Amino acid sequence: MLAKRIIPCLDVKDGKTVKGVNFVNFRDAGDPVELGRQYSDQGADELVYLDITASHEGRGTFIDLVRRVAENISIPFTVGGGISEVDDVARLLDAGADKVSVNSAALRSPALIDGIASRYGAQVCVVAIDARHDDGIWRCYINGGRKPVGCTLLEWAHEAQERGAGEILFTSMDHDGVKAGFACEALAELSERLSIPVIASGGAGRMNHFIDVFKHGHADAALAASIFHFGEINLRELKSYLSLNDIPVRL
Amino acid sequence: MIAVVRYNAGNVFSVECALRRLGAEFVVTDNESVLAKADRVIFPGVGEAAAAMHHLRATGLDRVIRSLTAPVLGICIGQQLMCRHSEEGDVDGLGIFDANVKRLIPPSPEFKVPHTGWDTVALTSPDGPVPTGLDGHYFYYVHSYAVPVCRHTAAVTEYCGTWSAAMRHDNFHAVQFHPEKSGADGSTLLSHFLAL
Repeated sequence: MLAKRIIPCLDVKDGKTVKGVNFVNFRDAGDPVELGRQYSDQGADELVYLDITASHEGRGTFIDLVRRVAENISIPFTVGGGISEVDDVARLLDAGADKVSVNSAALRSPALIDGIASRYGAQVCVVAIDARHDDGIWRCYINGGRKPVGCTLLEWAHEAQERGAGEILFTSMDHDGVKAGFACEALAELSERLSIPVIASGGAGRMNHFIDVFKHGHADAALAASIFHFGEINLRELKSYLSLNDIPVRL
Repeated sequence: MIAVVRYNAGNVFSVECALRRLGAEFVVTDNESVLAKADRVIFPGVGEAAAAMHHLRATGLDRVIRSLTAPVLGICIGQQLMCRHSEEGDVDGLGIFDANVKRLIPPSPEFKVPHTGWDTVALTSPDGPVPTGLDGHYFYYVHSYAVPVCRHTAAVTEYCGTWSAAMRHDNFHAVQFHPEKSGADGSTLLSHFLAL
């Protein structure tokens, strides 16, 4: 049976893992490769490495880090941040990344998704969407949550799927860093409307939030950062707990 | 010597990394005589079947792979290209396995395609690439097409139907999942293949 995936996310700035609360006030959480290896040993199903400074400071991607991750870690990993053209994707995949995640650049230029999917296949293309619930509408934001754009979460997720996205990584900006649970209602609607897997992000604080996100949010995978980085939730304990609660996980 | 087939399908690098982690000596090559002399050949693949197959034909690698006599391990698209035909891009494959690759059709909306993530394999033959100790274990998948169960099937996975997780015909072995990305169990499978 297909397992629900638990994905630690490592936000990387200047070669170090950081995690913000609501996208600001970063705290240091260690060496990205070593942290990734620990997570892999503890039973992480995948890893995501995001170069969080890339989109608004024009920073290039982090090829050397990607290569070191590929050399040292034997589970799949996605990289994102600063991808603006198909050639960026080529460099990251050549360095050993399994998937790439595109966010702002895809919203500005949606044909980027078609370009990635037609050259490398839908399976490498994760479309990350940051959205916030404004006046009853889930509105998409770009540039690390700084700038609203004129489309809704559902519209954009559906378009991304039609253009060839292999997965949608939805981060609720309202829930991110707050540790009060995932945006299950929005996730359930997203999952129902899409035929591709949905990764939930933003809001993990306690182990039961993961039960909610799979049972009520119908997510295919759940992503979290600080709770793992600071040891608030141990991955191995989390997966045993999920298994005991009838969520199919790889133990 | 272990040879990894170099062609236009992406992410040969992750197979190289996995072999390095096992301490294996290998070459990545599209050279006919090197491939023919190799003790083990790994035929990896991530990408689109038709583009990969056209490249194999244009370079003559299709003929080279078919004529190999050492143990060969196809991975993901590698397994699919070893079949007679693929629905992806409506292309004829190498014809090593007597099967036609089909798209995964979700029986209901909660089944998402691509089939992405860790899923279990059930052995149907002890002689395939999956060692018996790994029966029921999880391996990492990411694919939208699969090989129906046929006489070459050595293990199955059930998702949008039941299909070939692993296959074997003579010296040709193949898996639909990615052992190079499947943690400790994936490493065990690769070691098992290298020790055949």
